[in-house]
Amino acid sequence: MKVPQVNKREVPSVFAVLASLVIALAAGFTPNATPADAQSQKTSHYKYQDDALVYAELAKAPEKDRAKRNPVAVDPDAIAAGANLFDQHCAECHGDDAEGSRKGPSLLKEPVQTATPGALFWLLTNGVVRRGMPVWSKLPEPQRWQLVTFIKSLGSPAHTGDASTAPKATR
Amino acid sequence: MFRSSLLLILFLGCAHLVAPAASAQENPYIVAYDHYLEEPGNLEIEYFSTFGTQRGGNDFHAFWMEFEYGATAWWTTEFYLDGQTTFNDSTLFTGFRWENRFRPLQHEHFINPVIYIEYENTSGADKILKEVEGHDVEEDRLDPNAIARKEHDHELEFKLLLSSTHKGWNFVENTIATKNLSNEPWEFGYAIGASRPLALKASAHRCTLCRENFIVGAEMYGGLGDRYSFGLHNTSHYLAPVAAWNMPSGWTLRLSPGFGLNDQSTRFLLRWGVSREITGFGSMVSALFGGHR
Repeated sequence: MKVPQVNKREVPSVFAVLASLVIALAAGFTPNATPADAQSQKTSHYKYQDDALVYAELAKAPEKDRAKRNPVAVDPDAIAAGANLFDQHCAECHGDDAEGSRKGPSLLKEPVQTATPGALFWLLTNGVVRRGMPVWSKLPEPQRWQLVTFIKSLGSPAHTGDASTAPKATR
Repeated sequence: MFRSSLLLILFLGCAHLVAPAASAQENPYIVAYDHYLEEPGNLEIEYFSTFGTQRGGNDFHAFWMEFEYGATAWWTTEFYLDGQTTFNDSTLFTGFRWENRFRPLQHEHFINPVIYIEYENTSGADKILKEVEGHDVEEDRLDPNAIARKEHDHELEFKLLLSSTHKGWNFVENTIATKNLSNEPWEFGYAIGASRPLALKASAHRCTLCRENFIVGAEMYGGLGDRYSFGLHNTSHYLAPVAAWNMPSGWTLRLSPGFGLNDQSTRFLLRWGVSREITGFGSMVSALFGGHR
């Protein structure tokens, strides 16, 4: 039986690739958690540090985008559809109830809830790439508007101040 | 065949063990790339198969696994393991690839560029046809595996990925330049594609068979010669309808029958793939080493 030969010249290149992959993995790390951190993480979901910077991006939306009207605002299914989309694509970073997590800011806060639908749509489309928020233009426009409708519904009088009553995605 | 089954089992095992999954919105392309990168911290594990006919030789089944990780919102890195079975011949591991994609612009534009850099360490027996470049033609794959495996290719591949999304349609144009590090000339290639979901609005209820979960389109790819003989002479070209089914469970299935467009092309390629996106993979690994989850 033939024993497979390892080309010795290939070994360093394999290590180089593996080392680079470790660096890539490390790029997403937040190291050095303390027990206190772990405890506070259990009691408080809101941990995102750059929230003000992300909220500030909303102000950068061009006037014509900010003034855009939500074409599905009166669609009775838009909130439910948006909730599903939120659960599939956004909850990982913004939390199941949109209250924020270590990876993304709360969407229940004033800067988001007072933003125009057009500004939210612009932010979803363009992302905040340098702050870790990907662009979501891969979702078709109607789906992005459904998401905006859902996010805005979280700030409606029926839901403000009580995240537990916010519309939930169908799981 | 046995090794490809092992690869598939390894893939399914990994994907099941490492939960949770996220519903992906993956494009249907097998060869072409759009400008969307992996979400930061997510890992996508993918298995792909290519069955190809071979005139004057044995048909083949090439397969590869991809581990695609979103390092940041502007950088995605991917590791490939390739293999192939040539019928009536043998099954081989044919090498690995390490790919990186960088998004240079912060906002969305009418045309969105992404820079692609890949290192390939493969043998001459590699048949996955993940890209077609230079003078790659059907005849190159005639050599028996025992001979083809003796050739070692160390290549750097650069691509400029251009992609636009308009009214639900996605259009992509990829330009390829490859340099074999063993003093071969630069080789060139291209891939173009267009795709669209069957429905643009999401349903109010989560469903597996909803039209918006299906994305269909077509891609075309081929070689453009090399530095000394740039052009279409002695190059191969393919046209392939593509379809993807993005399931809410986090699985994506892709299917693409491809057809050779000239006499130098393989007559028929049948490609399929299965993938699963795992959210928060980076955080999970971080937590293992005492970082925040």
